[in-house]
Amino acid sequence: MLSKRLAAIDKGRCVACGACVKVCPRSALSVFRGCYAQVDGDLCVGCGRCAGVCPAGSINIKERVQA
Amino acid sequence: MKKNHWYDYLWIWSILYFALGFFNILFAWLGLIDFLLPLIFAAAGGNKFFCNSLCGRGQLLNKLGSGCKLSRGKPSPRWFSSKGFRYGFLVFFLAMFGSMLLQTYTVAAGAASLSEAIKLFWTFRVPWDWAYTAGFVPDWVAQFSFGFYSLMLTSTLIGLIVMVLYRPRSWCAFCPMGTMTQSICKLKNRAG
Ligand code: SF4
Ligand code: SF4
Ligand code: SF4
Repeated sequence: MLSKRLAAIDKGRCVACGACVKVCPRSALSVFRGCYAQVDGDLCVGCGRCAGVCPAGSINIKERVQA
Repeated sequence: MKKNHWYDYLWIWSILYFALGFFNILFAWLGLIDFLLPLIFAAAGGNKFFCNSLCGRGQLLNKLGSGCKLSRGKPSPRWFSSKGFRYGFLVFFLAMFGSMLLQTYTVAAGAASLSEAIKLFWTFRVPWDWAYTAGFVPDWVAQFSFGFYSLMLTSTLIGLIVMVLYRPRSWCAFCPMGTMTQSICKLKNRAG
């Protein structure tokens, strides 16, 4: 059962610092080739911890769009 | 909780660096490690392993900001992470680095004498003569030490100020090393 919400990264604003990676309790985040952070949607539970530490304000917690 | 790695303690290095330079300015040269390692990782590995795991400054800001609760934790202004400000600050920083190298060169060429002082925020001159005995090394070696230490101290102070005002790692949004390494990674990634 997937959470209702999940983290969405604004790739254009992300500075790839990795602060979010360190706080994610589900290890759902990684920095893709030093360019930007990416979320593993299957792991993310939408807790918002990452959004709270991001120095660039590039993470938003959004409603999961069911495909 | 995540397992701790040996490199999670590199924040100690950040403090040690300034402590060493307080007693002997020549230790400032060690700061070149923090300058070259990130670039090597970015250029050779195409990653930000330095920022993501090794950077003592990022760790220290996090420790003080989150751990010691010294940060207000407020979102930083949007322009901190805007492309214009980030690249602008990088250019400014490189220009200041260049002017420091030029000063080192001037001293090496004998056209200026050694200034045993630290310059904070590129403006305030703080005497630092206890940390060096004249003649111990060639003057330019000492001049570079004072200049580089000034740069490291100034950027750390800016980092601490924005840490208190905003989020712990707010500095990382516009850190020149961070901007440079990310740019290198993006170029590399685009090239294939
Ligand atoms: S919202 Fe929570 S679970 Fe999802 S990526 Fe952020 S920290 Fe991890
Ligand atoms: S904390 Fe923010 S800026 Fe840093 S890598 Fe994560 S999303 Fe990007
Ligand atoms: S952005 Fe700068 S201060 Fe932050 S982790 Fe990277 S090198 Fe360190």
